[in-house]
Amino acid sequence: MQKIGVFVCWCGSNIAATVDVRKLVEAAKHEPGVVYAADYQYMCSASGQQLIKDAVANYGLTGVVVCSCSPRMHEATFRKAAQSAGLNPYMLEIANIREHCSWIHKDVESATEKAVILMRAAVAKVNLNVSLTAGKSAVVKRALVIGGGIAGIQSALDIAEAGYNVDIVEKKPTIGGKMAQLDKTFPTLDCAACILTPKMVEAASDERIRIYSYSEVESVSGFVGNFTVKIRKKSRFVEEDLCTGCGLCAEKCPSRKTGNEFNLGMDKRGAVYIPFAQAVPKLAVIDPAACLHFKTGKCGLCAKNCQAKAINFDKKDEIVEEKYGAIVVATGFNPIDPSPFGELGYSRYPDVITSLELERIMNAAGPTGGVLLRPSDKAHPKKIVFVQCVGSRGLRGCDKPYCSKICCMYTAKHAMLIREKYPDTEVSVFYIDVRTPGKNFDEFYRRAVEQYGVHYIKGQVGKVAENAGKLVVHGSDLIMNEQVEIEADLVVLAVAIEPDESARKLATMLTASMDTNDFFTEAHPKLRPVESPTAGVFLSGVCQGPKDIPETVSQASAAAAKVVGLLSKDQLTCNPCVAHSDELLCNGCSACEKVCPYGAITYQDKEVNDHGKREVRRLAFVNEAVCQGCGACTVACPSGAMDLKGFTNRQIMAEVDAICR
Amino acid sequence: MQVEKFTPKIVAFCCNWCSYAGADLAGTGRMQYPENVKIIRVPCSCRVNPSFILRAFQRGADGVIICGCHPGDCHYTSGNYFARRRMTLLFGMLDFLGIERARTRVEWVSAAEGARFASVMNDFVQKVAALGPNRRLGDLRCRDSKEVEK
Repeated sequence: MQKIGVFVCWCGSNIAATVDVRKLVEAAKHEPGVVYAADYQYMCSASGQQLIKDAVANYGLTGVVVCSCSPRMHEATFRKAAQSAGLNPYMLEIANIREHCSWIHKDVESATEKAVILMRAAVAKVNLNVSLTAGKSAVVKRALVIGGGIAGIQSALDIAEAGYNVDIVEKKPTIGGKMAQLDKTFPTLDCAACILTPKMVEAASDERIRIYSYSEVESVSGFVGNFTVKIRKKSRFVEEDLCTGCGLCAEKCPSRKTGNEFNLGMDKRGAVYIPFAQAVPKLAVIDPAACLHFKTGKCGLCAKNCQAKAINFDKKDEIVEEKYGAIVVATGFNPIDPSPFGELGYSRYPDVITSLELERIMNAAGPTGGVLLRPSDKAHPKKIVFVQCVGSRGLRGCDKPYCSKICCMYTAKHAMLIREKYPDTEVSVFYIDVRTPGKNFDEFYRRAVEQYGVHYIKGQVGKVAENAGKLVVHGSDLIMNEQVEIEADLVVLAVAIEPDESARKLATMLTASMDTNDFFTEAHPKLRPVESPTAGVFLSGVCQGPKDIPETVSQASAAAAKVVGLLSKDQLTCNPCVAHSDELLCNGCSACEKVCPYGAITYQDKEVNDHGKREVRRLAFVNEAVCQGCGACTVACPSGAMDLKGFTNRQIMAEVDAICR
Repeated sequence: MQVEKFTPKIVAFCCNWCSYAGADLAGTGRMQYPENVKIIRVPCSCRVNPSFILRAFQRGADGVIICGCHPGDCHYTSGNYFARRRMTLLFGMLDFLGIERARTRVEWVSAAEGARFASVMNDFVQKVAALGPNRRLGDLRCRDSKEVEK
């Protein structure tokens, strides 16, 4: 039989004004198992906690019920107090008589009546509580960063700087991500390559950082502190330790038909290529879909010319298995394909391009060598029209419902750079709203309008058509309240950004949650913005939501700080409220295994002694370090063998009984 | 004879991550809902065993509501889907047994929806009150003698 103490908190007048606390204390004294009951003005204060500790010592309490605020508020506080009094912390339960009672009711009599019932339910539960001990699990001191863009690089650098080993897995042949493709960055107009490439080199030269480029995560198992990850190293058909990155193979390759991904297909590359001059690692890669050797069995010019003898057409994909304590997701984004917006003519007119394509055209290492030439006839465009919110903010049928956040600023940047370099160019921007919340952002936008004379038109674009060989943009001007038609030599679409297509598959592997737009969900939108709800998985960059570079870098560093905090521990305390199977009741049916979202349940053959009868049975076992304690298995179990510690069937039944009494 | 106003007994199972927090938010926002709703905290809506609901009705509850995270938002990835499927079956069976559909309900309330929690509870209590006491599954042995005489 338990000896239970009931402690009623006044919470100043928050509870005491609506609940008759004295009456509640008196009622508690008549509950089964209760040997002591008291009230106090602020139970969570040091003296309130002392009251609990003293009562545990003086009355030999085995269980405690605190009638106070929500357990989400102070359960941890009171459990700590109980523990310091020598009680198992899980012998304490909270009756929530503030948020669920005194704050929502006005009538003292009925509120007190409800508080008594809530107290009864908690006492009934504590009567069935047993001591629980949290298990410990060791922490593998290595982190995995999935994605090698600026977010992943920054996270990896920060983790390495703190002294931990970290691996970057990047599916492309080089790290750098989208930022490597940018020309200048707002609002300071630094050159993206000048600030990114040193970081790429730093990551490659740091002995604590290992880069798996051209690799993908194949599977993830395990749990916080101890993930096992299989990584597929895709074959480059080039020996990585022999290749010097001289680029001779790429020069000699006779195949010139494949669009260069780095320049968004605006120029061609060979079947063997180095993604771009500053690629890290700087290794050649063979695209077997384009390679004549793979298609015809002939050619092999690259192998003949390679002095390092690095070309190996027989090289196979390799699977490596590694253990990690923490995982950072930094899978980034892609601009959407604007072809479905037929009215904008992206797939019809070569001179309708996306902003990222313009970025490549403006880049000195781009297809035009940084000279602004339009794709169709390589002429200087004199009239450029920018169209904002293409695919963002749910304006058309196939739109994303969210704001892509970065487009207003990069369009202002493009407009400004073009007017700076080619002052004879007319630049117009169709916008819905200009959103510039950020340090020096609005000043930047105003400079584009005031100093550079960019023509901003508030309104949407209805269609882009061709008239006598010229593009005409039909739109509305909401301020002048009229329809406008503007001739354009080049139309630039500020397309929405969406999470990389690999993200959803990865979320399933990591059991991390995603929102309806496939952005990873954070554990708390305000207070835990870089953690995923899955313990040990952290979020960095645009995979969590649209962000610009400064925000991405700060989130990447924040995620790294969280990882370092985790890796600095030698052991983790597990949640003791986990599922547990009664071996004598288990019939080995696998029903629990099928519903477990974490793969925490396995089946093993074990000899049991069932009332003197010894036999080997197939039984369910719960890995307590993996189990998160949802309880799905407890309901699925047909034989009643599976139960959840801390929320057992008997405990919940007792609560039901107490409430319905 | 004086007719007392019927106040139904309502048991609410709330998942720890969304709906219990939503109920807390209703409290923080001082949003009123009737006293007869008593909340039992469970880690996830999928922890609610149909036998808990049968037990509640047996012990004289007039309505039982299960609240969980919105589909897709479950803290445990998929628990609320299990709850939804299980409860669909259970409620169908209860309907067959003569427990009116309005006495049972599954609702999704997020941690940010305090107002929704209060309005769901207000509506549920009102619907159950209109049905009168649960007599079909109530175990007479669990009632006090005065009530049985009536």
